Amino acid sequence: MTPGPGTTVSHWFSDGWITTRRNLIKIKRVPDILVFTTLQPIMFVLLFTYVYAGVINIPGSSYKEFIMAGIFAQTIVFGSTYSGSAMAQDLKDGIIDRFRTLPMSPSAVLIGRTNGDLFINAVSLVVMMTTGFIVGWRIRSSFLEALGAIALLLLFAYAFSWVMAFIGMSVRSPEVINNVSFLILFPLTFVSNAFVPSATLPTPLRVFAEFNPVSALVSAVRNLFGNTPPNSPIADNWAQQNPEVAVLIGILVLLVVFVPLAIRKFASVSSR
Amino acid sequence: MAFIEASGLTKTYTPRGAGPVHALDGLELGVAQGTVTALLGPNGAGKTTAVKVFTTLIRPTAGIARIDGIDVLTQPERIRPIIGVSGQYAAVDENLTGFENLDMVGRLYHLGAVQSRIRAQELITLFDLEEAKNRPVKGFSGGMRRRIDLAGALVTRPKVLFLDEPTTGLDPRSRLGMWDIINTLVGQGTTVLLTTQYLEEADQLADSISVIDYGKVIAKGTSDELKASIGGQRVEITLVDPADSAATVEVLRRFGDSEPTTTAEGRELTVNASDAPRALQSILAELGDRGIRLFDAGMRRPTLDDVFLRLTGHSATAEAADAASAEASSASAAPAKAASAKRERTTKKERSRS
Repeated sequence: MTPGPGTTVSHWFSDGWITTRRNLIKIKRVPDILVFTTLQPIMFVLLFTYVYAGVINIPGSSYKEFIMAGIFAQTIVFGSTYSGSAMAQDLKDGIIDRFRTLPMSPSAVLIGRTNGDLFINAVSLVVMMTTGFIVGWRIRSSFLEALGAIALLLLFAYAFSWVMAFIGMSVRSPEVINNVSFLILFPLTFVSNAFVPSATLPTPLRVFAEFNPVSALVSAVRNLFGNTPPNSPIADNWAQQNPEVAVLIGILVLLVVFVPLAIRKFASVSSR
Repeated sequence: MAFIEASGLTKTYTPRGAGPVHALDGLELGVAQGTVTALLGPNGAGKTTAVKVFTTLIRPTAGIARIDGIDVLTQPERIRPIIGVSGQYAAVDENLTGFENLDMVGRLYHLGAVQSRIRAQELITLFDLEEAKNRPVKGFSGGMRRRIDLAGALVTRPKVLFLDEPTTGLDPRSRLGMWDIINTLVGQGTTVLLTTQYLEEADQLADSISVIDYGKVIAKGTSDELKASIGGQRVEITLVDPADSAATVEVLRRFGDSEPTTTAEGRELTVNASDAPRALQSILAELGDRGIRLFDAGMRRPTLDDVFLRLTGHSATAEAADAASAEASSASAAPAKAASAKRERTTKKERSRS
């Protein structure tokens, strides 16, 4: 029996689909992932809208409206860490060795993995938007703008999945990778304009927050959902003045750098 | 030309803060088509590294590796479709069922959906995996996972099969099951390179054995040739009273061909003898004259363990020795079964040649 015919392109698509399906089956069989991806966003929405809404004042707007973009961004960026821990786990289990000895496309495992994150993030985004809607968050923009916001969130997280997949293969230990993710993602999501306006931060943190790509993402999403408070001060930097463009550039840069890096890493890793 | 060949294969790692480690140090290897070669060596001898080079997983620092004349290093994409690999750690997806695992491998070989499903079912039947067919692999025993993993290696009926320590960590019963499977495969003409740290396993399964230590082949030949290479048979004497040890050593030295060795607090003594039956007769007569009481006496041929000790100056790992003795005590009947399977195979081959 010899491997079947087919072009490189069709193999690339079918390999990517087969590995994606593997990750979707995993979501079905390991319910903790789905519980985590649905319950945690609900918890965050309720926590921030009810616990902090009373103490944080956003002039001209409600904190509920303000905070949702931040919760969306934080949750889906954390959602991209699955790729990191899953690649480390697959490496540890030796299944990466199996894949690497098969005549399959070298990017397929990574495509399947990042697609799995994309699916998880899409589900948690739907859950968060529904919860937000119930507690009083409203989209105050056009349908297309809202779609743009959703697309930017998912694309940003997708690009981040490739970063985490690369880190996961480099760090190799599923236990360590979680700590590494938190070390990277907590500062990135909290020292931003996700939960408080960056103008309120002390200068060094404010500068970091204004150049933080997560801030650009949050601003873009806030704008596109029509949740930016009117007359809110706009920081004196290009990224904050053009957050939609800045995020797109950020996404492109992450993909251009980390997709090839991750694929090259995959082609040389092996369990011990 | 050998079907699987390595020449001057070298792999050097430089761990941080330590000197270079030569996992492979000029490995030479040739496996003829349709035969089984065992790479026999202790943990850390370079067995897995060699398999990883052949299966395109790692690049050697230097040297040549070819399968069916195809260069593994420059044309890995031509190697992958013709090889099957089953590793030391079962490379199966725990969350997929046995069937889904095999079906996925078939599809990634681009067999197509229909062929992949048919083949997965064939392998489920062949490997007695009905139980694991529709249940996630997680929760199944090591033996079951290993069978699924090996089945995965056979999805395309590869010409060449690499088995990296196929029975390490398995209980004796699963090990015998695995031996049966491997013997069947070889009967069908598959070329196999297997690594093992179990002397018994190399003895049972392999046509040819390459003993590997510190990344080099230090001896090769059939099991019998290797055993013969360290001299003829041995005479073994077990005393009732260890106090007779010194006198017995003297007798053994007189009738044997080597310096006698003493173990077990001086009760067990061994000496090499080219004509063992005659040496045994003389030794027994002399010991009888001296009134030395014997608990046991006999002849035996050297084992691969003796070969190993002689070649490397150290025994195969303690772990392997433990496993081998556990195996000997708990399943003494079973190796005979595998051995008979091997004999059958040899006979078949000989018949087909003539």
